Amino acid sequence: MTDMPLKQSRKTSGGVDHLIYVLRANPVTLIAFGMFALIVLSAIFGPALVPYDPLETNASNALQAPSWDHWFGTDNVGRDVFSRVIVATRLDLSMSLAAVALSFVVGSVLGSIAGYWGGWLDIVLNRILDTIMAFPLFVLAMGIVAALGNTIENIIYATAVINVPFYARLVRAEVNIRREAGFAQAAKLSGNSDIRVLAMHIFPNALPPMMVQVSLNLGWAILNAAGLSFIGLGVRPPTAEWGIMVAEGANFIVSGEWWMAVFPGLWLMIAVFTFNLLGDGLRDIVDPRKRT
Amino acid sequence: MLSVKDLAVSFQTRRGAVDAVRGISFDLEKGEILGIVGESGSGKSVTSYALMRILDAGGRIKAGKATYSGIDLRRAAERDMRDIRGREISMIFQNPRAALNPIRKVGHQIEDVLREHARATRQDARAKAIAALRAVRINDAEARYDAYPFELSGGMCQRIVCAIALACDPRLLIADEPTTGLDITTQKAVMDLVRDLIRERGMSSLLITHDLGLAAQYCDRIMVMKDGLIVEQGDPVQIFSDPQHGYTRKLVDATPRIGESIRSLLPPADRKAELPHQVLDTPLVEVRNLTKTYRGKSGPVQAVKGISFTIKQGQSVGLVGESGCGKSTTSEILVRLMDATSGDILFEGENIAAIPAKGFARNPRRAQIQMVFQDATDSLNPRHTARQTIVEPLRRLGGLRGAKLGARVEELAVLVGLPLPLLDRFPHQLSGGQKARVGVARAVALEPKFLILDEPTAALDVSIQAVVLNLLVDLRAKLGMTYLFVSHDLHVVRLLCDHVIVMKDGEIVEQGHARDVMANPQNEYTKTLLAAAPTPPARRQVA
Repeated sequence: MTDMPLKQSRKTSGGVDHLIYVLRANPVTLIAFGMFALIVLSAIFGPALVPYDPLETNASNALQAPSWDHWFGTDNVGRDVFSRVIVATRLDLSMSLAAVALSFVVGSVLGSIAGYWGGWLDIVLNRILDTIMAFPLFVLAMGIVAALGNTIENIIYATAVINVPFYARLVRAEVNIRREAGFAQAAKLSGNSDIRVLAMHIFPNALPPMMVQVSLNLGWAILNAAGLSFIGLGVRPPTAEWGIMVAEGANFIVSGEWWMAVFPGLWLMIAVFTFNLLGDGLRDIVDPRKRT
Repeated sequence: MLSVKDLAVSFQTRRGAVDAVRGISFDLEKGEILGIVGESGSGKSVTSYALMRILDAGGRIKAGKATYSGIDLRRAAERDMRDIRGREISMIFQNPRAALNPIRKVGHQIEDVLREHARATRQDARAKAIAALRAVRINDAEARYDAYPFELSGGMCQRIVCAIALACDPRLLIADEPTTGLDITTQKAVMDLVRDLIRERGMSSLLITHDLGLAAQYCDRIMVMKDGLIVEQGDPVQIFSDPQHGYTRKLVDATPRIGESIRSLLPPADRKAELPHQVLDTPLVEVRNLTKTYRGKSGPVQAVKGISFTIKQGQSVGLVGESGCGKSTTSEILVRLMDATSGDILFEGENIAAIPAKGFARNPRRAQIQMVFQDATDSLNPRHTARQTIVEPLRRLGGLRGAKLGARVEELAVLVGLPLPLLDRFPHQLSGGQKARVGVARAVALEPKFLILDEPTAALDVSIQAVVLNLLVDLRAKLGMTYLFVSHDLHVVRLLCDHVIVMKDGEIVEQGHARDVMANPQNEYTKTLLAAAPTPPARRQVA
């Protein structure tokens, strides 16, 4: 469509205008950002605001159904489920953020190198990544945590390792198609070395699709970390964490105390859902070409 | 046969409705070839999409009437339109490679159309498809039936597209820039073929093009469009010799023709005297026995087969040839983005071919050899504003910082005629001509001695091409640069260059003084090239 006469408008939109436009044009993005803001706020301020100490037990008040005093009820040792669910946000969110950040950085570096220089480097890296992808990823993560030890850091490393191939492949493809682009050549003529061309000119152009990946990945990472805790690898009781809480609550579902498992599960679902919705909006925001 | 009345098309965009076509009326007679000429954004393609009812999402025919042999194209049901498309009206698209399905044999793609319109049965489809291939004069049609689009050249693909378009004997053919991106000799072959087929079958045709010269050569009548309106229509010779509308005059002026100077491409009001540029006798660049061999799938491919030439200081040399002749490879080697297989490049006496391209970014010579790229859009980083783009060489190679840097960028913007407020825009917020200016500003930022221009105007509208070419002429005089102008268009080269080198299949077939080569070509190939260029009617001299 070279022939569409878009009148050159005098005013061009800046970053904030663009953000507002993206949020208004797509209500789903607006909802996603609203939910994301809630999750982040509860991660930051949650521990200070919750009505009860998430670790304080009270045997006389165990297994209470949801009520005005205990919105999500109490668990088998009398802890307030609502307080625990909110407090757990910080741990779950930071684990997934750390894991995604790690895999983003490692994947970007590996993918950029493979995509830019190609050749045997590309082949070797790709085969290694294929090998990782060939494992059932959750089982691989279990193996890593089991081998390295049951700590929060190891959950982060395991989650990062299984996510690296997605980033590396994406970056590799994005870099590869721009390797010979005119602007990359022009950057060399401007005195940039290969590494600078790659890092300052080509890689930033891969960011929009990366943002979609990051957002989806944050959801997976939360699920993965919670999943590891659920099967007893990773975060240990009595720490408040959604995966463990679901695991503990699961024992009581048969006897009718559904709230112990349902509410942390619901929060987990909402978090994953939010990140999945966030992706498209985030891409539109970081892509300057979407601005008018 | 086709009658359009007050047709208006609008597109829904982020900034509200945009009127692409604003009420145009025209009639097309049986057997007539009508040219719609206009620059990008004039609404000429949108008009044809509207007639076929294949507008993009958001596009809508707002008003008007389009009648094709009694059928109201605007109100016809989608089912009827499907019948009309291909059988009654068919279309040849801009990019033949994009128009063909890359994973199906071309023969099957022709059969699809035939069977869709019940023109062939399973039994005789193959024979009919081969007949259709023969009709577009494809040699060895049986063998080509089994070819995939990627196995064919651009000209061949466009012939296949013609074969598909003509397979069901339509009565109206819409050709939307059918030769954009094709070599000049291929362009002539395809256009001649299309014209002959139209005449043979007594079809009517709408030829949509940005090239006034091409339209003048092949059309019975020309319609000039601008901003969604028809500004002038009439007989091609009359449009050329006596354009009525100001815009048509500007277009006619901007079309390069024999016997015109570079300044006459501009509207009369902008024609300043051409500044003289000095050619010294000392050579700046000497190329000796340059070769480049690629490793291809079926053995080595020699792209450049030992060429030698000399470029004097201040001289402008044109390097002309068709795609695949090795001119781009040569320019990439000269600008030190690629290593030669063998041969020397003496730049002021120093052999720069000996310095690997990999490390040339840090060589002190880097600032002295620069390049303007073919596609202005592709050569600008989509994430960098115009200012960031121009800053890049100044900061990296010029070592400028802070206020000095800012002042220099603005000085350059003024030099290339880029309005200062546009410096903070991203490439997609700039027009084609503005992007070309940014590219030129970046290349001349360090006042290089040697500037390679790789078809810098190939993607531009003629009126913008005229402005950019004149800008290059002015800059050459002001900065004393030496140019190597790579192009497929001999007419453009003639306007700008002192010396011409014609390349074919990796070899130089002819070189000499630009005027001599153009007036009196010695080599057969040069003659073919010159003959293939569309020759617009000469302008009547106004006393």
